[in-house]
Amino acid sequence: MGSLIEVRNVSKSYWRDSFEIPVLNNISLSVAEGEFLGLMGPSGSGKTTLLNLIAGIDRPDKGSIVVGGTDITDLSESQLAKWRSNHVGFIFQFYNLIPVLTAFENVELPLLLTSLSKKERRRHVETALSVVGLADRMHHYPKQLSGGQEQRVAIARAIAADPTILVADEPTGDLDKKSAEEILTLLERLNTEFKKTIVMVTHDPRAAERAHVVRHLDKGELQ
Amino acid sequence: MRVMKLMLKNAFRHMLRTTLTILGISVAVVAFSFLRTVVTAWYAGVEASSPNRLITRNAVSFIFPLPLAYRDQIARLEGVETVTYMNWFQGVYIDKNQFFARMAVDAQTALDVYPEFLVPPDQRDAFLKERNACVVGADLAQQYNFKIGDVIPIEGDIYPGKWEFVVRAIYQPRDKTVDGTQMWFHWQYLDERMRQEMPGRAGEVGWYVIRIKNPADAGRISEQVDALFKNSRAETKTETEAAFQQGFIQGTGLIIQLLNFLSFVIIGIIMLVLGNTMIMSARERTKEYAVLKTLGFSGSHLTALIAGESLMISIMGAALGLFLSYPIVELFSLMVPKSWFPIFYIEPATIVLGATSALVVGIVAALFPIQRALRTSIVEGLRFVG
Ligand SMILES: Nc1ncnc2c1ncn2[C@@H]1O[C@H](COP(=O)(O)OP(=O)(O)OP(=O)(O)O)[C@@H](O)[C@H]1O
Ligand SMILES: [Mg+2]
Repeated sequence: MGSLIEVRNVSKSYWRDSFEIPVLNNISLSVAEGEFLGLMGPSGSGKTTLLNLIAGIDRPDKGSIVVGGTDITDLSESQLAKWRSNHVGFIFQFYNLIPVLTAFENVELPLLLTSLSKKERRRHVETALSVVGLADRMHHYPKQLSGGQEQRVAIARAIAADPTILVADEPTGDLDKKSAEEILTLLERLNTEFKKTIVMVTHDPRAAERAHVVRHLDKGELQ
Repeated sequence: MRVMKLMLKNAFRHMLRTTLTILGISVAVVAFSFLRTVVTAWYAGVEASSPNRLITRNAVSFIFPLPLAYRDQIARLEGVETVTYMNWFQGVYIDKNQFFARMAVDAQTALDVYPEFLVPPDQRDAFLKERNACVVGADLAQQYNFKIGDVIPIEGDIYPGKWEFVVRAIYQPRDKTVDGTQMWFHWQYLDERMRQEMPGRAGEVGWYVIRIKNPADAGRISEQVDALFKNSRAETKTETEAAFQQGFIQGTGLIIQLLNFLSFVIIGIIMLVLGNTMIMSARERTKEYAVLKTLGFSGSHLTALIAGESLMISIMGAALGLFLSYPIVELFSLMVPKSWFPIFYIEPATIVLGATSALVVGIVAALFPIQRALRTSIVEGLRFVG
């Protein structure tokens, strides 16, 4: 299998006032299609930053990132937004569902950017919610769901538009052991059954066990 | 617009805050339309004035009379259709607080020159026939419950003595812009008594009203009238009715300007109220906007989302306010004697102005939150903690 994600010589710093905080230092990484990659490392090592770059919600200072043949560092802001909606499903540590929207409506959000009809959207949402086992909670609001259920809705939202890659930033970081297991099993299934390429940041060694490949990031460098 | 549902749900996320904002806007809009209506009422005389009428008064001051003899000289000028004249009678009816316009007029010509006072033909005849008859406006009749045949006793002040007038006609104002609270009686009746009791004041006319054939001639005719009486004992000043009315309210201009200014201060307050709500809401949603951007929503989606919410709140507030303005203005005009503000109604222009302001306010209040939402990068937004 060829590599789907190519991170080449990427560096990234943040600036606080006039003082530079180097975060990533000349990172190269490739992720094969269909892979389930775990990214580990101490707090502050730049895991989230790297994940954000791969997902196209932040830009590197140096280097390039090619996903599925597209160099996303070349894209304009609006091209990048369109690219994200077509190719990336994002799963956050704190779910980040929109509280005023029901599970159904949250999952429908990314589909609003497609040309799907209302009926087609409905089918996609229902499918996504049944994949995560929440078909019966469709009309619940986030605050009526448990943390594990919220994260499953978030996963349904991430897969609804059938993206090329799934990126997850500590998806089990806020969950109890049992819910965490469920989420990891779900991600595993998405990887094996639905052939999704997954990049997952985690602190949790048990979570890392589920990944095929685990890379360690420390002080801005990949081990 | 597919983000419509989210916009609606966002708007009512904080039910209490949104409700208070809407109420705040509507109270301000009521205050706005009320003030505008007072201002309009003040300028009503100017707006209702006819371009076909000129007013000739004593050049020194409105309170000095003119000789009756001027009438025929004016009437001979080219382009003059009818000349009528009237005196401000004033007097006291019941007590000094009962204020309405009481005027001595040359009845036949006055009714011709003021066709907006609609009098039924039989009443018109009855009024014209009787020496001490008077005609009153329908609004005045309603206020004092005057009926045909009633006698109105008035204690004279400018023209001393006890006076009695019999109501023989009630005029209907042609439309809302016409004053329905005047009382007119025969100038000849006044003049007769002056001739007997104060001969020095006989033949005195307060001012002339000239109906001209063509409004375009107003300037020329005014000049000709004033030229006629140049260097005479009583020089004249002639101007259009609108200019005359404008001069009348000049004295109270400062108060009106203040009210006018206040009505726009209110718009500013609405803007602050809504701006505050929108800034708070948008700030709380910083992270959600970042999530939406992550999902691929663009700047124009966020703009529509925020501006739509702001506009929705401002439009609801304005609609409620304008809707409530009608009963409130109505209530006020019922509580206050009609003759204080003879013309008191919400002008269409007030509604248009109120609605337009609401739209502008809705957009302006959204500008800052929109700018902030667009400027905040996704990464910053996701890291944002209230
Ligand atoms: N927007 C930002 N502005 C300034 N500094 C930032 C910003 N984002 C991250 N940083 C800094 O960059 C470094 C790496 O941050 P990052 O969030 O990538 O770490 P992480 O490995 O995900 O840590 P954690 O495990 O705690 O989530 C940290 O020192 C962080 O303070
Ligand atoms: Mg992190």
